[in-house]
Amino acid sequence: MFNISKIRKDFPILKRKINGKPLVYLDNAATTQKPQTVIDSLVDYYTYHNANIHRGIHTLAEEATAMHEEARSKIAKFIGAKSTKEIVFVRNSTEAINLVAYSWGRSFLKKGDAIILSESEHHSNIVPWQILAKEKKIKLYFIPVKDDGKLDLDYFKKIFTPQVKLVSLVHISNVLGTINPVEEIGELAHEVGALFLVDAAQSVPRMPVNVRKLDCDFLAVSGHKMLGPTGIGFLYAKEEILSSMPPFLGGGDMIREVYLDHSEWNELPFKFEAGTPNIADAIALGTAVDYLEKIGMENIFRHEKKLTDFALRRLGKLSYLSIYGPKTVENKTGVISFSVKGIHPHDVAQLLDQEAVAIRSGFHCAMPLHQKLQMPSTCRASFYVYNTTEDIDRLVEGLDKAVKIFQ
Amino acid sequence: MDSYYRENILDHYKNPRNFGKLNKPTAGLKLFNSACGDVISMEVKTETASSSGKTIADIKFQGEGCAVSMASASLLTAYAKGKKITDILSLGTEDVLKLLGINLTPSRLKCALLPLETLQKTLLQIKNGNSNK
Repeated sequence: MFNISKIRKDFPILKRKINGKPLVYLDNAATTQKPQTVIDSLVDYYTYHNANIHRGIHTLAEEATAMHEEARSKIAKFIGAKSTKEIVFVRNSTEAINLVAYSWGRSFLKKGDAIILSESEHHSNIVPWQILAKEKKIKLYFIPVKDDGKLDLDYFKKIFTPQVKLVSLVHISNVLGTINPVEEIGELAHEVGALFLVDAAQSVPRMPVNVRKLDCDFLAVSGHKMLGPTGIGFLYAKEEILSSMPPFLGGGDMIREVYLDHSEWNELPFKFEAGTPNIADAIALGTAVDYLEKIGMENIFRHEKKLTDFALRRLGKLSYLSIYGPKTVENKTGVISFSVKGIHPHDVAQLLDQEAVAIRSGFHCAMPLHQKLQMPSTCRASFYVYNTTEDIDRLVEGLDKAVKIFQ
Repeated sequence: MDSYYRENILDHYKNPRNFGKLNKPTAGLKLFNSACGDVISMEVKTETASSSGKTIADIKFQGEGCAVSMASASLLTAYAKGKKITDILSLGTEDVLKLLGINLTPSRLKCALLPLETLQKTLLQIKNGNSNK
C-alpha cells in the first residue's frame, strides 16, 4: 500500500523550512534525501558494531563483517543477481564504470576495437572510455539522439560491426528522463559478441530492474540516488566476466596470499575491493534497499510516472516554458528538463530557491547532449518517492513568480 | 528575492550598458564558464594619458548568461570607462560585489566574477604588449 503522507514522515529533512517556507525538494536526479531508518543505520553501526571486517576474530569484527555481507546479499537479491559474488562495492556508478574501463577494457581491448555509447550519456559514461580509447587506440561510436530525445536505433544498427566489443548505455537519461530500450540493445550487442554495460544510476532507484531479465554484463549504480548515503554504490557483473578480469586496485583484502615477488588474488567479489571498504555506508545502503522493497519498486515506478505525467501537463500549459525531450510519460519518468523564456536557468533556480523549491540548473553533467539538442543550459526538476502533486504546484507558483519579476 | 534581483540588476540585465563590439579595439578576449555555459567577451580601446599610464578610452562587452553575470559585466564596463588600466587590474571580488550591491553565495559568485576576469585578462594583454597593436 502506497501511503504518501506516511512515507513523507519517514524523511526528517522534509520538515525543514527554507526562507520560512516548507522545502520542496525536486533535485532527486542529483541525490535523494534519506529516510530516518538509513540515518539510524549509520548511527547504530558506529554506536554498537564498528570494527574492521573480514579479518578480526572478536565479536565486533564478526558482527561488522556479517552486516556488511548481509547488505551485499540484499543488493544482489534486489537486482536479481545470481550470487553475491557478482556485486562489487564501489563509491558510485562513476567508479563502477571506471572499474570496468580500467580492468576489463585494458585487458581485453586492442587497437582497432570499438565501443558504442550514446549522445545522451552522463559524463561518467563518456570520459572513462575516452581515456581508454586514447590509451588503447580504440574507436568510440555514439548512437545519435533524435529531437524527441529517443535514440536513433536505425543508425545504431549500421555502426554495429564485429569490431564492437562493448555497448555502454544509460538506462534512464538524467537530463531528459527517457527510458532507453536496453533489453533490445543488449540483445543486439550480444548478437555480435559485444558485452553490454548499463548505467543504471537513474533507473535502479525508480523502477524494477532485474539484471537477468536485462541480460546485461555490467550494471553501474550509485547508492545516494536511491536513499542511501553518499560514497557507496555498486557494480554488478556476471561472475564469469568478473573472474576473467584482473584486479582494479591492489592492496589489502583483495589478496589471498602475498609474497615479495607475487600475490594471489582473493575470491570474488573481494578481488575488486582493495583496502578497508566503506562499511557503514554499505550497511546503510542495505537498509535503503529494505525501505525501497517495503514500498515496492512497482509502486515507486507508478508513483513517479503519475507525478511526471502531472508535471508535464502542468508545465506544458505555461506559455513561457519549453520542455526538452519526450513530452509524454511514454518511455519517460522522473526527470523533466526545461527552460523559461527570457530567464537564465541560474536565475530560475535562484528565484525558486527563494520559494524553497530546490531544482537544478546547468548542463547536468551531459554537455554533449545539450550541444546535440542545441539546448542552452537548462532547468531540471526530478521527482522521487516522497514528492507530491502539491510539490509540482509549488514549482509552478514559483515559476510564475519568477516570470513576473523578470517582466 | 528582492535582495538578489533588485531593480538595479534587472535594469542592467535588460538594458546592458556598453553592449556590442568596438571598431578597432586595442585588445579583446572571450571567456567561458564551462559549468553553466556563460560566455563573456570584452573589447577595450586604450589611450595613453600623459604621465599616469594607459587609460580605458572605450569598452564593449558581449555575452550570454544569467542576470548576475550580465549585470556584473554592464556595471563593470560602465565603471571601467575612463579609468587607468592599473586601477582595474587591482579590482577584486569585494569591488564587484560593491558594484552589484548584493551578496552572493559561492556558486553565484562565479557568475559575477567572469566579467572581471575577462576584462583583467584583456588588460594584461595590453600591459604585457600582446595586444592587437
